[in-house]
Amino acid sequence: MKRYSAFSLAAEGLRGHRGWTPAWRKAKPQPAYDAIIVGGGGHGLASAYYLAKNHGLRRVAVLEKGWVGGGNTGRNTTAVRSNYFYPESVALYDLALRLYEGLSKDLNFNVMLSQRGMLIAAHTPMQMEICTRIANAMQINGVDGELMGAEEALRRAPLLNQTSDARYNCMGGVWQSRAGVARHDAVAWGYARGASDMGVDIIEGCTVTDLLIEGGRITGVATDMGTIRADRVGLAAAGATPGLAAMAGVRLPIHTYALQAFVSEPVKPMLDIVLLYLGTGTYVSQSDKGELVIGGGLDRVPTHGQRGNLPSQETVLSGLLEMFPAFAQLKLLRQWAGVVDVVPDSSPVIGPAGPEGLYLNCGWGTGGFKAIPAGGWLLAHLLAKGQHHEISRPFDLDRFARGRLIDEAAGSGIAH
Amino acid sequence: MQIFTCPFCGPREETEFHFAAEAGKHRPEPAEETSDTDWADYLYMNDAPRGPSSEVWVHMTCGEYFLMTRDTVTREVLDTTALPGRNE
Amino acid sequence: MSGWRHDTAGDAIDRNSPRSFSFDGKQLMGFAGDTLASALLASGTQILGRSFKYHRPRGLWGLGGEEPNAIFDVAENGQTTPNTRATTQTLRDGMVLRSVNTAPDVLRDRGAVLDRFNRFLPGGFYYKTFMAFGWMRWEPMIRRMAGLGRLDSGHRPPADGPQVNARCDLLVIGAGAAGLAAARAAAMAGRKVWLVDEAAEPGGSLRWRGGEIDGKDWRDFVREACDAVQAAGGRILTDTTLWGAFDHNLFAAWERRVGASDRHWRIRASDIVLAAGAIERPLWFTNNDLPGVMSAEAALHYLALYGAVAGRNIVLATGNDASYPVAEALARVGCAVTLVDAREKTPPPPEGVKHLPSARLTRAEGKRTVRSVIVNGQRHEADTVLVAGGYTPSVHLHCQAGGKLDWEAGSDSLVPRPGTSKLRVVGAANGTFGLAEALTQGHVAGGGAGTAPQAVTENWQLAAMRPDPALPGRQWIDPQNDVTLKDVKLAGQEGYRSVEHLKRYTTLGMATDQGRNANFAGLAAMSELTGRSIPETGTTTYRPPFAPIPLGVIAGPRRGALFNAPKRLTLEVEHRAKSAEFREYGGWLRPSAYGPGDEAELAQDEARAARETVGIYDASPLGKIEVIGPGAADLLDYCGYVRLSTLKTGRARYGFILGESGIVHDDGVVFRLAEDRFIVSASSSHAASVRMILEEARQDVFDPSRSYIHDVTAGFVTLSVTGPRARDLLRAAELPKDICDDEVMPHMSVRETAWNGHSLRAARVSFTGDRSYELTVPARHGAALHGALDAARDTVSGRWIGMEAVMILRAEKGFILVGKDTDGLTMPHDLGWGGPRDKRTDEYLGRRSLFTPEAKANNRRQLVGLEVDGDTPLPTGAHLVPLHGARRSLGFVTSSYFSPILNRPVALALLENGRAKVGAEVGTFHMGDTCRARVCESCALDPKWERLNA
Repeated sequence: MKRYSAFSLAAEGLRGHRGWTPAWRKAKPQPAYDAIIVGGGGHGLASAYYLAKNHGLRRVAVLEKGWVGGGNTGRNTTAVRSNYFYPESVALYDLALRLYEGLSKDLNFNVMLSQRGMLIAAHTPMQMEICTRIANAMQINGVDGELMGAEEALRRAPLLNQTSDARYNCMGGVWQSRAGVARHDAVAWGYARGASDMGVDIIEGCTVTDLLIEGGRITGVATDMGTIRADRVGLAAAGATPGLAAMAGVRLPIHTYALQAFVSEPVKPMLDIVLLYLGTGTYVSQSDKGELVIGGGLDRVPTHGQRGNLPSQETVLSGLLEMFPAFAQLKLLRQWAGVVDVVPDSSPVIGPAGPEGLYLNCGWGTGGFKAIPAGGWLLAHLLAKGQHHEISRPFDLDRFARGRLIDEAAGSGIAH
Repeated sequence: MQIFTCPFCGPREETEFHFAAEAGKHRPEPAEETSDTDWADYLYMNDAPRGPSSEVWVHMTCGEYFLMTRDTVTREVLDTTALPGRNE
Repeated sequence: MSGWRHDTAGDAIDRNSPRSFSFDGKQLMGFAGDTLASALLASGTQILGRSFKYHRPRGLWGLGGEEPNAIFDVAENGQTTPNTRATTQTLRDGMVLRSVNTAPDVLRDRGAVLDRFNRFLPGGFYYKTFMAFGWMRWEPMIRRMAGLGRLDSGHRPPADGPQVNARCDLLVIGAGAAGLAAARAAAMAGRKVWLVDEAAEPGGSLRWRGGEIDGKDWRDFVREACDAVQAAGGRILTDTTLWGAFDHNLFAAWERRVGASDRHWRIRASDIVLAAGAIERPLWFTNNDLPGVMSAEAALHYLALYGAVAGRNIVLATGNDASYPVAEALARVGCAVTLVDAREKTPPPPEGVKHLPSARLTRAEGKRTVRSVIVNGQRHEADTVLVAGGYTPSVHLHCQAGGKLDWEAGSDSLVPRPGTSKLRVVGAANGTFGLAEALTQGHVAGGGAGTAPQAVTENWQLAAMRPDPALPGRQWIDPQNDVTLKDVKLAGQEGYRSVEHLKRYTTLGMATDQGRNANFAGLAAMSELTGRSIPETGTTTYRPPFAPIPLGVIAGPRRGALFNAPKRLTLEVEHRAKSAEFREYGGWLRPSAYGPGDEAELAQDEARAARETVGIYDASPLGKIEVIGPGAADLLDYCGYVRLSTLKTGRARYGFILGESGIVHDDGVVFRLAEDRFIVSASSSHAASVRMILEEARQDVFDPSRSYIHDVTAGFVTLSVTGPRARDLLRAAELPKDICDDEVMPHMSVRETAWNGHSLRAARVSFTGDRSYELTVPARHGAALHGALDAARDTVSGRWIGMEAVMILRAEKGFILVGKDTDGLTMPHDLGWGGPRDKRTDEYLGRRSLFTPEAKANNRRQLVGLEVDGDTPLPTGAHLVPLHGARRSLGFVTSSYFSPILNRPVALALLENGRAKVGAEVGTFHMGDTCRARVCESCALDPKWERLNA
């Protein structure tokens, strides 16, 4: 693998960039692997990367039916944060954030982690109480959360509408200074490059048609490129996971919904933080290119179609303008939708399911991007050791039968 | 904005409706004799199919629950009908 | 200076109405009817902008939404609109244009120095560097350089923002020849047709290409078609961009209006014809980005409509027949035109045009603008280079609606695969680049009878034009984002070969032209570089919006009071007359306290008054869900955690409704008014969902004909009178005597009676622990009840109290608010209500979930009270932590107030295994500080409940 650096960039610049090689090998499937990961998004690629790096498992294949990073990894609002409520969640998302903090160096690929800080803004005393609860939960769990007053919030987001005709006036909120955004595609590509360099086969355009099970054990997968054997299979396919799990007779607590995101045309910098406003449910940041990146709630109707719906667009964008009336003159440039796998308690499912050797990493709902390094780290641990990492244990599928839900949405009062 | 047809009120906009559950779920009874796993299966587990899906929806305007079959990918509504015994 | 204004040409401008404007400080003139682009072209201004990355000079390229370069911040009437596209903005007097992303201005832009380092800044270079010291170190510098225009931070959207729903039989998108033929045919068959076009006038490319239809001037055909549409009850929307195809034949459109707010249309169509035309492709040669290089089609457009001529010494490079009329028209107005055609076999050259067949333009030259070109190795002087690389059909809406594309070699384009979307695609959008066939396709798609409108067939022959990797120097693929052929090559070399990877890695097609200029070239280049066909290489997904749409148009009027409008009380006016301050509680706007004064102090005073004499508050938002019928009691037994069938008529009972997961969904009081009639008094924010839970059980579990559910919340006003002198107040207000009689109306009873000739429902229920009466009357009599209570208020020194005081009163008694004192894990036995769980043997909603291993665990968070020393209440949201050992959260403070009657703070909390800890101490953690609190019973005031009947 050719190393990336300012020096190599300059050297290549002088010789016409002839020396750059493919970021990852275009592999064809081998007959058998030590482990197969279905889904070539951030979570799947990160799993493969950590399998090779942490556990020395290099006969690994990542099977992607489309192109690498083409699912929700490439269709989100790129926020990374760990401002969660329950200790289990904080441990999970902060593992991700800590890995993100070293990721560019680890992967030798600039994922452009911009820890510009995120504010969850409140507009009623009751919401401020919830923010207080979250900030304290974060501190107890050793994460940087603090309460921010209205004045400081307005200093950081000066265009927030604080006039008397505003529906909501900002009272402040929870601030996490380590939160921010990262370049989503770069995360997928960086992991793909790193994994491929260690010998992982990344196979694009390969659709899994069945899971092969013999005597209660997983033995491989059938694909449109033929049968591939492995006695350990990880599923990390977001909205496609229920269909895959069904091949092993496993039902999941998942409904799939479209989640839309929006990008405006680029303008000069005018919003330097990530902002989630509880009153409107809209969140927004401004990319380094100058575009506003905007997100909001789910579409109402369960679906597998990667298409947005007009009512949700109107709701999210009117929420944005309620916060920032001046943005009304900006134009919507792009809009897209990802199919997210939503679990009743808004927490992911990580762990074994069905036949021996089959492991899941799904149910991230609207929060998958920020968790990619942790999702990969934990699924790799499961695949390599056959048992949970202590951080993933609470997220096992068995929590539903035990009644031990981790209800972030209800616990924190915030839609995730 | 999708259009769903309430069996009682006719075609209305999607915002008047609420998804209730996948169809065909039967509440295990007596519940107290149901295992934790079976109960969780009833409560939480779904098929989330790609393609035709049979579901229970409620038209919040009139309050009636009904069955809808629709394609979860194309979003075509294939059929809506009242719950059994509800459309006399 | 190359562009100029012809003396007579130009259908669209009014030469008697000059318009003055400025561009980067330079005063310029145009005419009414001009676009910014045509006025600038005619003024001879060539450098209109700078590219995003290298800050290369940029000139006018196109004629519509595909324009990547001529983008300005436009100030008018004190407001500045950023990133305005010159080609689609009408010129108005006094407009001030400012180039974007330039400093100090477009001619002297300092960022131009970046171009010198271009070899070190290939596509995706930032993924390979800026890693030392972390990205944050470099990001501010990058941020400052990025962005196009500047937001006008003082901008306020218009007050109205109209949004209109519409229906039609046939929606025709694009009012060019094909669209007009479709609309005309359908309208003549009596169908209601909506005809939508981006331009100010219908006609499409007829407006600059002209032509005869059915032997008459094209204008007659346009008029005839429009008349037919209107006669059949249809509508023609010009200046309207149809930007989104959504599910179930819903389309969104943006109508631009002068002197009125822009309008957002939601059009539901039975049938749709897409006739959105095609846009001209550029050509690829060295330095093809120089100002002065322009679309040939656009040049004809500006000449025909505005008399704006692109230059005087023009080289037109082409590979298709469509350029010949362009050359002819330019020669006719006196330009020296050299027609460079890549093909050997060409039509005859127009008169006065120098014709070079089998010729290739390989290079443009000039420092900042075009001065000469190299054709077949020969240098030719030129002030303007028009290029014609073929056409790309505008298939966006077909693809948005799920349609697929096929490669068609004849038109050298991806065309819609018939039947893959609900749109019928005709004319140039369908890859049909000839007038006669476009008319026929439109006519057929519109369901036309008889013969289609006739025109002289002119099927354009075209050769496939492609970027040539063998040429030296840089060839631009994306002019705004500065993606060159070399960047595409590098992306391929590094394995970013799928079109989506190419796009994301190089930013090709991500500019504000939404890839209209770049996508095809990028696709074609990648397909050549990788030896795959274009269909194998694939296309990116088309998503709304078709063109950039102002966010304000999509958001519409939902702002301020209209955004998530809160529910208003019937008596809001009356409360305001008593100086009430309003706040939102559970979606309702309710009095928080009665002023004037500090809200917290007022709440203290009000709470004290309510304990000492009487407080009156508006409890109207409490849900009133009637459950009626012989099956009502069974239904409520099933839905409720506490049995209700045993409730006697005229009595009330407190209870919970659980979800099937066993979590407390709501609490409240249920009244039994008759054997077969109950009222469920849900909490105000849960009334709607409680109704749906009841409905689901009624329809799914029971015989629905035996009960009926009716939410009558909005039909009644409820005033709650609470305090030791509540009964005295009722007497003074001359309310019916029977409700003041404790024999008739003991605590937890309800009575329907009459007052002043209408119905009054009185209930003895208490949310404060004091003697309380809930008085409910039909909403129209609410003001009378308010007046009567208010008039009698002084006799007992009573006060109106707001919700903040009510919060204190209920917290003193340990009464919970679901969602505040409970969370998504709270079950009834966590709240001290384990009775029914232990004793009920019949089935009820959520029961099974109360017996999972976790529900039976002994470390559940339970409701307790907390006491602290001193006068400062605990912060709500503080966590509870162990006093010794490792710090972890044991729970949190859910409600906390200073109690004026107890003269000390009171608090409620959810605490792990809290019931067992009553009497013990626990740590409280808030913002880094740990203090102590004593765990106590949740009821802090009057634990023997003596005040209820005092």
